[in-house]
Amino acid sequence: MLVKILGTGCAKCKKLEEKVKEVASKNNISAEFQKVSEIQDIMQYKIMMTPGLVINEKVKSTGVIPNDETILQWLKEG
Amino acid sequence: MKAITGSLRQPKYLYLLIPSVLLLIWIFIYYNLQNITDFIIYDVFSMQKENHLTSAVWFFLFEVPKVMLLLTLIVFFVGIIRTFFSPERTRKILEGKPLFAGNVLAGLLGIVTPFCSCSAIPLFLGFVEAGIPLGVTFSFLIAAPMINEVAVVLLFGLFGWKTALLYTSTGLLIAISAGWLIGKLKAEKYIESWVLEMKSGNTEYHEEKIPFHTRIEKGFTAVKEIVGKVWIYIILGIAVGAGVHGYVPENFMASLMGKSAWWSVPLSIIIGVPLYSNAAGIIPIVQALLEKGASLGTSLAFMMSVIGLSLPEMIILKKVLKLPMIIIFVSVVAIGIMIVGYIFNWVY
Repeated sequence: MLVKILGTGCAKCKKLEEKVKEVASKNNISAEFQKVSEIQDIMQYKIMMTPGLVINEKVKSTGVIPNDETILQWLKEG
Repeated sequence: MKAITGSLRQPKYLYLLIPSVLLLIWIFIYYNLQNITDFIIYDVFSMQKENHLTSAVWFFLFEVPKVMLLLTLIVFFVGIIRTFFSPERTRKILEGKPLFAGNVLAGLLGIVTPFCSCSAIPLFLGFVEAGIPLGVTFSFLIAAPMINEVAVVLLFGLFGWKTALLYTSTGLLIAISAGWLIGKLKAEKYIESWVLEMKSGNTEYHEEKIPFHTRIEKGFTAVKEIVGKVWIYIILGIAVGAGVHGYVPENFMASLMGKSAWWSVPLSIIIGVPLYSNAAGIIPIVQALLEKGASLGTSLAFMMSVIGLSLPEMIILKKVLKLPMIIIFVSVVAIGIMIVGYIFNWVY
């Protein structure tokens, strides 16, 4: 499972990355994490707000930090 | 893109009951703030009236809960309103609209769309991709940071509804006209070329059905996030305001920021533009300045420059806009603010 965090480096983007990693490790879900910070690469996903959460090349959320349960559900589906 | 609907965590009626109860508590506390403050200052602490320290402390003790209550209320409701206006939906609404109408709509939508500086680029690019004219995009980019609910609430709480309304409408006017003007300048050549190559016209939009309970949850989340981020600035700002209120003599600011100093408007804009503060910190200070003789026009100009044009945002936009464009952008908005400042100084 490939998890990408799209963001130009603001606090929210870092928080999202930490949170997703935390949820993954707490539930023993293994995933490869990538941080995408170049704007050209971010725009490949056509999002309009950062941070963006992409799992297996599908955009799951933009502009918010989803709650733990939602993140967990998405990780499980991945 | 999937909507974050989340599962229903409480029985449905609670989502209506709890906010309603909280609202009643809110109303009770808000309308008794003066009595509560009087009680604490004069009865519990027995502070002397007509005394600088008492004056400052009373101000602080009264204003902090008042502003926090107002902020919480408005942020909650705006959080809910925002669930009706995602950036994707905003973009869909703006697509294909004729120029001036587009500017007006963009300004209005800028008010209700959440905005953080880091999202400036994705938003900008998203609009360009949909073929939305540059001027319309700029109207949005000007309105969104400047007219945010924190600013409006603080203005309402500290100065009354007239000032809040004035700020909102003049801000909107600036956003619409500046955006329209910039559009007329045919600024496409100043956008980084890779951006223009992105135009694909393929912007699908799927209307997500967001259930009521999720909207309420979003309201609470907004309160937690925004108030959580901003409360310390409010307290600091009001503390400074309290100090000025209690200790600085009347009319002290009149010479520096008063009406007769014609250069005060441009000067406050020059100072304000590079400063980066959120509304929460700057407005209580502005209130104190106003009280001590600064004129309304100069203060408004200062506030708009600080909140509406921020250096971090310009640095971020530099990635997609060439420098001449950024200069044009800042200048047009600054001139708009200046005109507003002068008009207010003249009228008031």
